[in-house]
Amino acid sequence: MDKALHIENLSKSFASVPAVKNLSFDIEQGEIFGLLGPNGAGKSTIINMVSGITRIDSGSITAFGFDTRSQYRQTRRMLGVVHQEIVIDNFFTVAQALSMHAGYYGVDDDPRWRQELIDRLDLGPHLGKVMIKLSGGMKRRFMIAKALIHRPRLLILDEPTAGVDVELRHSLWEFVREINRNGTTILLTTHYLEEAEQMCDRIAIMNHGELVALEPTRDLVRRLSRRTLKLWLDGPLTTIPSELEVYHPRLEGNGRQLILCLPTDGSVSELLHQLSALRLGVNDFETDQSGLEEVFLQLTGAGSKS
Amino acid sequence: MSSPNGQGVFKPWLPFTTLLKKEILRFWRVASQTLLTPIITASLYLFVFGATLGERISVLEGFNYAQFVIPGLILMGVINNSFANCSSSLFMSRYLGGIVDLLVTPVTPPQFILAYTLAAMLRGSLVGLVTWLISTLFAGMPWTSPLLAVLMALLASVLFAQFGLIAAIFAKNFDTLSMYSNFLLLPLIYLGGVFYPISILPAPWSTLSHLNPMFYLIDGFRHAILGVGDTSFAVAFGVSGLLTIVLFLWAAWLIGTGKSLRS
Repeated sequence: MDKALHIENLSKSFASVPAVKNLSFDIEQGEIFGLLGPNGAGKSTIINMVSGITRIDSGSITAFGFDTRSQYRQTRRMLGVVHQEIVIDNFFTVAQALSMHAGYYGVDDDPRWRQELIDRLDLGPHLGKVMIKLSGGMKRRFMIAKALIHRPRLLILDEPTAGVDVELRHSLWEFVREINRNGTTILLTTHYLEEAEQMCDRIAIMNHGELVALEPTRDLVRRLSRRTLKLWLDGPLTTIPSELEVYHPRLEGNGRQLILCLPTDGSVSELLHQLSALRLGVNDFETDQSGLEEVFLQLTGAGSKS
Repeated sequence: MSSPNGQGVFKPWLPFTTLLKKEILRFWRVASQTLLTPIITASLYLFVFGATLGERISVLEGFNYAQFVIPGLILMGVINNSFANCSSSLFMSRYLGGIVDLLVTPVTPPQFILAYTLAAMLRGSLVGLVTWLISTLFAGMPWTSPLLAVLMALLASVLFAQFGLIAAIFAKNFDTLSMYSNFLLLPLIYLGGVFYPISILPAPWSTLSHLNPMFYLIDGFRHAILGVGDTSFAVAFGVSGLLTIVLFLWAAWLIGTGKSLRS
């Protein structure tokens, strides 16, 4: 089966400043793929090269087996793009724009599918409005409806929830999950890392135009996250036993709290044995696991800068 | 929710007809600006030159001034509106960001140009047609070669639609876009023989006027209607046709390469 997206040795510079550097990765059909990175990492540049808004300097992109440059008429029919910037066209109402938009992709308007999108995205009460009359959230919904109106096989969402309230964000993601379950591959970028962690099957993290990680979300978090064990001791500890050095221990709370970093492979039995042998007198304990946020900061080095 | 991937049959020319429809609806929706205003302007010109001066001045033997000036006024409407339609629509799309909605679709560069050009031709032709209808209140025209006149008007429309596309691509803001209109188009039209025959100008202005492409369009159109002109219809049509081809190729190259449209 062809990849939904196959990106090979992709590079792009703007005024001699590299934005994307020799990047290669694939997106499988049917998955939700997250592209994460700080501002200026090159995420939108990649999306714009896939959709044709930005020209490719070198390398290639194929969508479902078709080259996005030489066979753009095939690839663009299969892509739906929700742009990061809100696109404004005040000449047409929501209803008029939606009924016309499928034609740009060479397919007839399907009134039933259009109505489904209108219902699902709650656009019904706003059909007679031009875009300038819509709230920010409604503009986003309208853009999503437009991106889906021709039934694309790959939906590209470039930070679709930026500036959107929590309730709308949740309903949009629920909608995205639903269309994914119905067979549409999703490529998304977002700044809300928690959402990416919950939504995405795989995540690529970019920094300075390069991939710094690409793994299934769970593996990525497990591999790079730090699990810690905090022990509340029944008496203060003045020196940390040398047996615990491998767990990067530290003391807090006047020596009554001992914090240990747990092994990334998940095995804790040896640690439990050691703690038992040391007879430290533990009153209570707590475990904590860092999420994608910390992984992201760790990989992009953003945390160390702040 | 049903499966979103049961996409219908691909119709290769549907992107073009959709874009054409959108461009026509766009100017139709603001008809008071795009059609009514230029028609009122043309009517005022016709009133001034037709009802007041028309019978009193003659710059071309055998015709009164109204008959002389009416072909130029019709073509001026065609030219201005063909240019304005393409330039304002494309520039606004660039300026407001709506162009990305088009750039991600399978619309080809030839379809892009054709859709914008045909919409511009329709607007230009409508203004030209109504100007002519109003002009019949002031003076009758001999219409020596009506088909050639229509051909010349359509050629002028195509030419300035291409110019409008090129101006919209190069314009960085509204100021530069209006500069194309006010400092290039307007002087070329006014000095191109709309209001006077080039032959009455003293040297070197008469010779220099032959470098103005507008002269060939206006003179050719007038020639087809009145049967006389400063130059032959074949020369006027040939020069105008050549210029149209050059501007079309330029616009096609700009749009094909994505200049100022794709980063």
